[in-house]
Amino acid sequence: MIGGLFIYNHKGEVLISRVYRDDIGKGPFPNCFHKVGSTESYRMRNAVDAFRVNVIHARQQVRSPVTNIARTSFFHVKRSNIWLAAVTKQNVNAAMVFEFLYKMCDVMTAYFGKISEENIKNNFVLIYELLDEILDFGYPQNSETGALKTFITQTGIKSQSKEEQSQITSQVTGQIGWRREGIKYRRNELFLDVLESVNLLMSPQGQVLSAHVSGRVVMKSYLSGMPECKFGMNDKIVIDKQGKGGATEEQSIAIDDCTFHQCVRLSKFDAERSISFIPPDGECELMRYRTTKDIILPFRVIPLVREVGRTKLEVKVVIKSNFKPSLLAQKIEVRIPTPLNTSGVQVICMKGKAKYKASENAIVWKIKRMAGMKESQISAEIELLPTNDKKKWARPPISMNFEVPFAPSGLKVRYLKVFEPKLNYSDHDVIKWVRYIGRSGIYETRC
Amino acid sequence: MEWANQLCENRQFGSKMTDSKYFTTTKKGEIFELKAELNSDKKEKKKEAVKKVIASMTVGKDVSALFPDVVNCMQTDNLELKKLVYLYLMNYAKSQPDMAIMAVNTFVKDCEDANPLIRALAVRTMGCIRVDKITEYLCEPLRKCLKDEDPYVRKTAAVCVAKLHDINAQLVEDQGFLDTLKDLISDSNPMVVANAVAALSEIAESHPNSNLLDLNPQSINKLLTALNECTEWGQIFILDCLANYTPRDDRESQSICERVTPRLSHANSAVVLSAVKVLMKFMEMLPKDLDYYSTLLKKLAPPLVTLLSAEPELQYVALRNINLIVQKRPEILKHEMKVFFVKYNDPIYVKLEKLDIMIRLASQANIAQVLAELKEYATEVDVDFVRKAVRAIGRCAIKVEQSAERCVSTLLDLIQTKVNYVVQEAIVVIKDIFRKYPNKYESVIATLCENLDSLDEPEARAAMIWIVGEYAERIDNADELLESFLEGFHDESTQVQLQLLTAIVKLFLKKPTETQELVQQVLSLATQDSDNPDLRDRGYIYWRLLSTDPVAAKEVVLAEKPLISEETDLIEPTLLEELICHIGTLASVYHKPPSAFVEGSRGVMHKRLPARTGSGESTESPDVGTAAGGSAPEAAPSIIPSQGDLLGDLLNLDMAPPTTSGPPPPTTGMQMGGMDLLGGGLDSLMGDESEPPHVPPRTDTPRSPSPQPPSPVYTHTDYTYTDYSHTDSPPDHSPTEHSPPAELGGDIGGSPAMGAGFGAAPAVMPASLNAPVGGGLGDLFDLGGVGMPMGAYIPPKIVWLPAMKAKGLEISGTFARRAGVIQMELILTNKAMSVMTDFAIQFNRNSFGLAPAGPLQVLTPLGPNQTIEVSLPLSTVGPVMKMDPLNNLQVAVKNNIDVFYFSCQYPISMLFVEDGKMERQVFLATWKDIPNDNESQFQIKDCHLNSDAASSKLQGSNIFTIAKRTVEGQDMLYMSIKLSNGIWVLAELRVQAGNPNYTISLKCRAPEVSQCVFQCYEAVLKN
Repeated sequence: MIGGLFIYNHKGEVLISRVYRDDIGKGPFPNCFHKVGSTESYRMRNAVDAFRVNVIHARQQVRSPVTNIARTSFFHVKRSNIWLAAVTKQNVNAAMVFEFLYKMCDVMTAYFGKISEENIKNNFVLIYELLDEILDFGYPQNSETGALKTFITQTGIKSQSKEEQSQITSQVTGQIGWRREGIKYRRNELFLDVLESVNLLMSPQGQVLSAHVSGRVVMKSYLSGMPECKFGMNDKIVIDKQGKGGATEEQSIAIDDCTFHQCVRLSKFDAERSISFIPPDGECELMRYRTTKDIILPFRVIPLVREVGRTKLEVKVVIKSNFKPSLLAQKIEVRIPTPLNTSGVQVICMKGKAKYKASENAIVWKIKRMAGMKESQISAEIELLPTNDKKKWARPPISMNFEVPFAPSGLKVRYLKVFEPKLNYSDHDVIKWVRYIGRSGIYETRC
Repeated sequence: MEWANQLCENRQFGSKMTDSKYFTTTKKGEIFELKAELNSDKKEKKKEAVKKVIASMTVGKDVSALFPDVVNCMQTDNLELKKLVYLYLMNYAKSQPDMAIMAVNTFVKDCEDANPLIRALAVRTMGCIRVDKITEYLCEPLRKCLKDEDPYVRKTAAVCVAKLHDINAQLVEDQGFLDTLKDLISDSNPMVVANAVAALSEIAESHPNSNLLDLNPQSINKLLTALNECTEWGQIFILDCLANYTPRDDRESQSICERVTPRLSHANSAVVLSAVKVLMKFMEMLPKDLDYYSTLLKKLAPPLVTLLSAEPELQYVALRNINLIVQKRPEILKHEMKVFFVKYNDPIYVKLEKLDIMIRLASQANIAQVLAELKEYATEVDVDFVRKAVRAIGRCAIKVEQSAERCVSTLLDLIQTKVNYVVQEAIVVIKDIFRKYPNKYESVIATLCENLDSLDEPEARAAMIWIVGEYAERIDNADELLESFLEGFHDESTQVQLQLLTAIVKLFLKKPTETQELVQQVLSLATQDSDNPDLRDRGYIYWRLLSTDPVAAKEVVLAEKPLISEETDLIEPTLLEELICHIGTLASVYHKPPSAFVEGSRGVMHKRLPARTGSGESTESPDVGTAAGGSAPEAAPSIIPSQGDLLGDLLNLDMAPPTTSGPPPPTTGMQMGGMDLLGGGLDSLMGDESEPPHVPPRTDTPRSPSPQPPSPVYTHTDYTYTDYSHTDSPPDHSPTEHSPPAELGGDIGGSPAMGAGFGAAPAVMPASLNAPVGGGLGDLFDLGGVGMPMGAYIPPKIVWLPAMKAKGLEISGTFARRAGVIQMELILTNKAMSVMTDFAIQFNRNSFGLAPAGPLQVLTPLGPNQTIEVSLPLSTVGPVMKMDPLNNLQVAVKNNIDVFYFSCQYPISMLFVEDGKMERQVFLATWKDIPNDNESQFQIKDCHLNSDAASSKLQGSNIFTIAKRTVEGQDMLYMSIKLSNGIWVLAELRVQAGNPNYTISLKCRAPEVSQCVFQCYEAVLKN
C-alpha cells in the first residue's frame, strides 16, 4: 500500500510530507547525497529528495506518471504548479493510488478552494489531519467530503454529545457514508445538469475519424431526510423494453457505457437497468456516460491550407453550425495553428474577432454567439521566414471550442422521482430543474 | 453546498490565514524559543508552538530535541492539538525510543476514552509508532478495540493489526490477533469487513503458505455481500482479495462473475480494473461454449474504453493493462481500434501506449485507417513518438501481408525526408520486412545505400550491414561498403561488430574471389584483437566452418532463414498469465512480475490463472492459445518457437554432417543443462541480431531439412523469469547481453590445442590454401570448385550488329541478371570516321515483355575507333507478343546517323526470379497437378559435375533445388524455377554417378518454354 505522501511546490520544496511506512526510506537513491543522518527522519528525506531530483528537476519532459527509482515507485499528479506524489515499495493497486490522489485533490479543494502553494501552507495542519483520516497505514479510508466535514473541522471539535459522536462514526463507516441523517430544507429542490463534451477528430476531407460524447449528469439536491431517488433517461435498452406496448415517440439513444457515483445501486442497475440511489446532500456527479452513435456534431470545420512558395501560406477556414436555427451557440473559438517561423499574419473574418497570437503559434478566432444552420469564414495570409530546417511543419490540427444549449448525444432526462417515506413531502412537492449544456471536448479537424 | 463551502472558507479566513508564517521562521535560537512556548501556560500559545514544530519538521529541520516538551502537550482535551502531537510522535519516536515510552500512558488512557473518535485515534497512532517497547503496551488496548462496540474503532483496529504485524509478526500470532481479524470478516459493518480483508491480505502475502485468508464459498459469499455496501476503496480491497480465490468449478466461477459484473459501472477506475481482473481470471474456468462466456466478453469492452476518458495518469495505467488484456484475449477489443487513435494533446506516455495497442489490434480489416494514422504521427514533434510510429509502420507490414507494399512505400517516403532519426528507424524496420518477405522489395536497397553515411546509431548500422550482407550478390560494391565499415571496427558497438562479421562471411561465400582478403581481415579482427567473448566465439565458429567444410559453412551461413513471427514483442505466455492476475497493480504497469521490483518476501509468490474445468478443456479453441494451460508452446508452423530445434542441428554439425532427423531429444537433466548453456551462447554466436529471447530468434541457422514441423526441445515455460528480467526493458530490438562463460569459446573451438591453432591461423592460412585438403579451404577459393555459388550464367558477348550493316556502328553484347535486375550489356564501337552521338534504343514487342527500364546511357559522343561499354537495365513490363523462337528480341538502335535494326536471342535464365523456390508441399501438389502431356524430357550430354555441384551451380541462375532423393545410386534432384511473368517450371534432374549424361524432365503449364529452359540448363551446366 501507499508508503508515503508528499506535496511539493514547483521548485521541489516539500510542503507536506506524511510517511505511513518505514520501508520507503531505504534507498540507496542515486543522485541523492543527503547527509546520512542517523535519525529515521533523515532517511525519509532520501525518498523525498529522490523524487525531487529525478522527476521535478529532471531535464527531460516527464515520460511516465509512475517512476521507479531504486526499487521505490513514485506516483505523481500535478495540479497547477503543485506536485502530489505517493510513494511505495510494494506492488500496490496503481489505479487505486491515482484515484486516491485525485480524491485527495477533490477533498482539499472542497475544504480550502484552489490547490496552490499559499493555500497548502495556510492549511497544512488541516491537510495533515485529513491525511491521517483518509489514509491509514496507506489504505484509503472514507474520503467523502460530506462525511469528513462532520468531524474534521477548522474550529476544533467541541465536546460533542455521545449521540452526536456515534452518529458521526456510523456515518463514516456506514452503508450510506455520503449522507448524514436529519437534513432539513424548507424548500425541497433539485437541479440536474446534463453536461456533455463532444469529441471529434476529422480528416481534412471531412471524414469523421473518431467521434464520441462523454457526458456527466451532475445533480445538486437540497432535499430533506433520506430521499430515495429514481432517475430515468431515454436509454435505448430501457425504452425498447417498455416501448413494445406503448407508442413512445421519444428518440432513444444507445449508451456505450456508463459509470455511477457510489450512491447508485449497481446491482440493481445491472439487473433492471434502473438507476436508484440516495443522493449525497449538495452537489454530486451522479453518472458518467459515453456514446459514439448518432452524435449531433454541432460544428463542421472546413480547412483549406495552401503553401504559396516557401515563404507564404494561405489559410481559409469555414465553420458551419449544424443545429436548430432557434438555438444559439456561445463562446466559439477556433484555433488555427501557424508554423514556428511565422513572421506576419493578415486575417480577414466575416464575423467575430480574430487575432494572431505569436506566443501560442496560432490564429485565434472568437465568435460570441452563432445561431444554428449558419456559416462563417475566415481567411488568413501567413508570411514565413525562410528557414533551412529540413523538417516539414507538422501541421497540428485546427481545434475548436464552443458551448451549445443541447446534448449532442441526444440524451434526455425522462424523470427523476423522489420518495421520502418518513417525511411528509411527495414527489410533486419537489422543485426540479433540468439543464443541458454541450461543450467541445477535443474537437479537431486535421488540415 | 457552494455556500457551505464559502462559509467554511470565510471562517478560515478569520483564524487560519496565517498558517503559512510557520514556514518562514528561520531565526537563530529558534529551538530555544519554541521550547519556551511549548511550556507556556496558555493553550493557544502551546498550539501555535506545536504548529511551528510540525512546519519545521515538514521542511526537513531536525526538531527532535523538543521531544519531551512536545510530548508534554499530549494530555489535552483539544483534539486538534492532540493530533498534532501525535503527528510529531510518529515522526520522532523511533529516534528517541526511551522518551517515546513517556507517551504510552496517555495512549492507553485515550484508548478508553468515551469518544470513539479519540479511541480510534489513539489506537491508530500507537500502531504507527514503530518502537518495540511500545508494541508490548499496544496489545491490550488493541484487543479491546478489535471488539469495540463502535464500527469506526473496529475498522481502525483492523488495520492496526497489520501495522503491528509489520513490526513484530510473532507477537501478532502469539496474541491471537489473526483469529480476531478473521472473525471481523463476518462483521456487520461493511467497512470493518473491507479493512479486515485488506489487513489479512497483506499479512497473508508475507506468509505465502499459511491459509490465513481461508477463502471458501461461505466467506466468499460474505465478501460479495459486503462488496455492495462498502466504500469505493473497500470494494477495491475486496475485489483484489477475491482475485486470489480459485473457485471449485465453473458454476461457482460463473456465479461470482455475475455478482462482480455490476462493479464495471463504478465511477472509480480502480474498482473497474479490479473487477476486470477478477473476471479475466475466473473466465478461464468457464466453458467456451457457454452463452454466459460470450456475454461476459461483450460486457468487458465498454468499461475498458471508458477508462480512456479518465485523467491522463489513469489512462496510462488503463492502457498498460489493456495492452495485457489485448494479448490475452484479443477478441475483446478487436472492434475498438478508433478509441486508441492518438490525440494531439495526449501526454507523451499516453501516446506511446496507444500506439502499442494500435499495432496489436491492427488487422486486415482496419489496416488502411491505421496506416493513415501512423503516417500522420510520423510527422509529429516528439522524437520517441516519431520513432515508434515509424517502427509501427514496419510492424504493420509484417503483421498484415496485404499492407506490406503500402508500408514499404510509406517508409521510402519517410526516408526521403532525410530526418536522421526517421531514416535510421526506417532502415531498422525495412530489414525486418526483408526478413519476412524475402526477395520482394529489394528494389529499395539502392535508396537505403544512399543514406549509408547518415547512420550513426548502432542498431541502424547493424541493420544496414545485415542488408548488405544478405543481398551481397545484388549489390555491386558490397565489398567496398562493408570494407568502409571495417575501418573503424573496434569503435563499433558489439551489435555492429557481430553483424559485420556475419555479413562479410556471407559476402565471402557469395563472391569468394574478390573478398578473400576482407574475410581474413575481419576474422582476425574478431578473434585476435577483440576482448568480446561473443565476437571471438562467433569468429572462431566461422573460421572453423570455413576451414573444415565450406559446403557446410554455406549451408549454415546462407541457409534459408526461419520466418520471423508476425507478432513481435509479445509478452512471454507464463509472464502474461501472471500479469493478468495482477491487473490494476504496479506489476501490470511495469509489465514485470512483482518479484522484479518488490523486496523481501512480499510478492514472491507467483500467481497463476486457474485451469479450465470440465468440458471446457477439450473444446479449447486455438485462438486463445495455450496460455491457460501454461504448458505446450504455440507451435505455429511458420514461427520458430525457441532455439531448441536450431540447437539440435548445430550440435549435429559438430559431430556429423547434418542429418535429416529431428533434434535429439534431451534425455537427462545434465544434457539439458549443457544444451541450454550452448543455446544461450549459440543464440548470440549465430544470431543476426541480439535480441530478447521471447522474440523468435532471427538467426542464420540451418533449417532442418526434414519435412516434419519443427519439434522444439524447449517450451516457453522453460524460461524462468530471472533469466529474462530484461524482457521488460523496451521490448524489441534491445540488445541482449548473453555472456557465455569464458571457457565456452574454448569449448566450441574444440580442444585447447585447436584454439592455439586458430591463434596462429592467419599466418598459416595462405599455406593451407594450396594444400589439397579434401573439402577444405582450398576448394573454397577455387572458383571452379565444388559447392561454390556461381553468379547467374552469363553467355559470352557476341556481335549482334556488324559494322558493315550499320554505317560503321558495331554492337556486340549479352544479357545478364545482376542483383535481381536484368541487364543488357552492350559494347558499342565506332568504326566509322565521324563522331556518333544521340544514341537511343527501343525494343519490339516480345514474348516476355522486355523493355528498357531507362534510356541508353551514352553521354559522351563516341569518337572514331572508340569503344564504349554500356549496360542497360531492362524491365519486364513492356508489351507482350509471342515470338518465334520464344527468346527472340528485335532491337532498334538510333544515333545521329540513322536507325538500325537487329535481332538477338537472350538466355531465358535471366528471367528466372530470385524467389523461385517453391515450398516442398506446393511442389509435390503442382507436379501432380500439371498434366503429363506437358512433360518434356531432354538429355544433357557430357556433363561431369556431381549432383551437389550441379545443384549449387544451377542455384546461381535461380534454379532452386527443393529436394534430393537417391534411388539406387541415381540422384534425383527436384527443382523449381519461376519466370518473371509468374510461370513456374518444375524440373526433375537425374544424375547417375559415373554417367556423364543427365536426364532432365520439365513440367510446366506453358510447355512452350521447356525448350528454352532446357537450353539454359545445358548452358549453365556446361559453362
